[in-house]
Amino acid sequence: MYELTKVDKVFPGVHALKAVDFRIERGEIVGLVGENGAGKSTLMKVIYGAYQADGGTVAIDGKPVRFQSPRQAMDHGIGMVFQEQSLITNLTVMENIFLGYERQFVRFGVIDWTAMARAARQQLAKVKLDIDPATVTAKLSFAQRQLVELAKVLTLEERVEGDLVILLDEPTSVLSRTEVELLFSLVRELTSRASFIFVSHRMDEVLELSDRVYVMKDGEVVDMVPRAEARVDAIQRKMVGRDIDKQYYREQKQQPYDPDRVLVSLDRVSLPGRYSDISLDLHAGEVLCLVGTEGAGREAILRTVFGLEKPDSGTVRIKGQARRDFGARAAVEAGVGYVPRERKIEGIVGGMNVYENMTLSQMGRYSTAGILHLGKERALARDWIRRLGIKTPDVFKDCGGLSGGNQQKVVLAKWRSGGSDIILLDHPTRGLDIGAKEDVYDMVREMCADGAGILLVADTLEEAIGLSHTILVLKDGEARHLFRGAPGSKPSLFDLVHHMT
Amino acid sequence: MTGFPNREVLLRWAPLIVLLILMLFFTALEPRFFSVRNFARIAISAAPALMVAVGVTFIILMGSIDLSMEGAVSVCAVSFAFVFLWLGGSLGGWGWLALPLTLVAGAVLGLVNGLVHVRLRIPSFMASLALGFVGTGLAMLMTGGDRIRIEDPAFRALLTTRWLDFPVMIYVAGLFLLLGWFIQSRTTLGRNLYAVGGGEDLAHGSGLNVARVRIMGFMLAGVFYAVGALMAVARIGIAETATGNGFMFTSITAVVVGGTALWGGTGGVWNTLVGVLIVSVIGNGMVVIGLPGYLQDGILGLLVIIAVVLSTDRRSVSIVK
Repeated sequence: MYELTKVDKVFPGVHALKAVDFRIERGEIVGLVGENGAGKSTLMKVIYGAYQADGGTVAIDGKPVRFQSPRQAMDHGIGMVFQEQSLITNLTVMENIFLGYERQFVRFGVIDWTAMARAARQQLAKVKLDIDPATVTAKLSFAQRQLVELAKVLTLEERVEGDLVILLDEPTSVLSRTEVELLFSLVRELTSRASFIFVSHRMDEVLELSDRVYVMKDGEVVDMVPRAEARVDAIQRKMVGRDIDKQYYREQKQQPYDPDRVLVSLDRVSLPGRYSDISLDLHAGEVLCLVGTEGAGREAILRTVFGLEKPDSGTVRIKGQARRDFGARAAVEAGVGYVPRERKIEGIVGGMNVYENMTLSQMGRYSTAGILHLGKERALARDWIRRLGIKTPDVFKDCGGLSGGNQQKVVLAKWRSGGSDIILLDHPTRGLDIGAKEDVYDMVREMCADGAGILLVADTLEEAIGLSHTILVLKDGEARHLFRGAPGSKPSLFDLVHHMT
Repeated sequence: MTGFPNREVLLRWAPLIVLLILMLFFTALEPRFFSVRNFARIAISAAPALMVAVGVTFIILMGSIDLSMEGAVSVCAVSFAFVFLWLGGSLGGWGWLALPLTLVAGAVLGLVNGLVHVRLRIPSFMASLALGFVGTGLAMLMTGGDRIRIEDPAFRALLTTRWLDFPVMIYVAGLFLLLGWFIQSRTTLGRNLYAVGGGEDLAHGSGLNVARVRIMGFMLAGVFYAVGALMAVARIGIAETATGNGFMFTSITAVVVGGTALWGGTGGVWNTLVGVLIVSVIGNGMVVIGLPGYLQDGILGLLVIIAVVLSTDRRSVSIVK
């Protein structure tokens, strides 16, 4: 009934969807799985009209359609239930349900609230939610909000001729097991009204609910499995299935770390809602990689080590000293450097030049009584530009105008030149081209050789395996498995995925 | 690389180009505009506003806003007058002490402003607006609505003594402008102001004490307001509650027209100098060619909108609140 044929989507530098075929029949529930970056969300955006396909055709009941906006897709019966709650929390439930479609209740320019409440109650009954439609959304639990979202999408039923397709993006990520079961039985019942596309990181749930599962990898649909034939192992293998190039990750340069020098030690640290009961040791010369799906708690752990988030229980020790006052300032003084994910937003200050960015964390060392020694700063910057091969015309260049790889190097130079020996890297190679990635890998190895410890959240699983000495796999905020990986005895991709999903 | 007058370069020099065009325009209409006498007149009217505008530049560089300048200038002017007269009313005697004390008073006002903004977590525009009113009220309370005359010839020499046709206060203003430039480019405080304006999260993540930087920024601004207040008193010879009137619009207009971005991180005191000159040239030029005063404000208002429109890359800003 709804069908994509050979759909392509190209972004500058990325071929996000490659000739994707995808179809869904009336009343069907179709699962969609793949690693981060495999193209799931791009595919969803094409389906619900947020992106337009660059090639291929989209057809409903055999008739080609082209959506310029989500609104047009909705007019054709395609609705989206977002992972991040998209309800506006300061509005009431009914206002949210009919947001953008209030016109039907307007009499003489005034909204007829009783009529809207009546209609909202009717929608809420579809998802078996018995609440007052005039409740302010912020007062609902997450599970209730999820159902309101579903009710909102189901209003399409009355508005649209023909069949509905509803996309569920990670609908279970904030729900408890009983809530998940309720949602699933509801979705099964609703198949009389609509077809569903179910996207989730949780493989068991996908298999439980879906009639068929599409497996994506690198922008392609690599397999389509009917439920009867679906096995978790086989699908996970399909999701990763490729070999790592040892050369690429500089594995020959990987040296054993120093097991006697512990730089960072977490002992049963918990932060409710983010992660719980995490223990780990980071040694001098070690690359420890946190692996998990989006929201598994990787970033929150980095932020805790840097002092940006204070855990509720457990101890964080940096170089043997238990952290009491959390705060970035204390972390920087203890020698921790943080290279966050979004360089443009958090890594460098655009508008400030190369040397200004490099000395930002250590201005005390380049000033006397508050007056800066510009000469010393520039000398430092020139030195590090040479050491890291940063491509910039001079030290006066605005960092916002440098390429991503060079910005990354400036950030690393900032921490390394200040003597930081605990480096937290969050997706250090995201958005870099291959050459720049290799530079980053070289730098990681060099920092280790200098005795620094690196806590890494890698961009891909291959990168995690290639770079790390130790890999801690997280799932839903809990430590699942710890792999030790000297060159030659590294875990396989499948091992990791197996514990992640 | 790109064609010569690319957008970036053009925007950088746009304020100066506008200033030159304005001067040509007024000169063409009225040749007397282009005379040393008239330039001195422009400079005198611009000097106090320049000091206030330099002060608020530091705040805007941080991405905050300060609207307390009118109250701060009034309080500084009035307290200067009281202390100066109490100490004998002459720069030759102990009266000179009133000058540094006024700067301290400005810093204290800035400190209060910064503390209210940072510690009570009130948006800077609201905190400073409220404290500005408090300042105006305080000045009124101190004077009881009276004007205080300052007739000490040594102090008035700031206006009356001229070197090369320009009064001494212009040179003093120039010195403070250089001081502002030094703070902006050569001190950790200046660097920190840019860092907070350019990326507060990152500044915090680099171990900067952002709260302290903000409070210091407001104190610095307060000192410059005090300098502005002293010049305003020297220019007219009177300290009163109304001394601060008009500084808010003029100084913020000047900063924005000069090209310092309202969201912080770019610009600086030289931009503000050009901005103040643009505002003053328009004001003076319209008087010289004989246009009514009420048109001036309207034209300045339009100019602010044009300046912001030119300097904003609206494609990158999706929501404006």
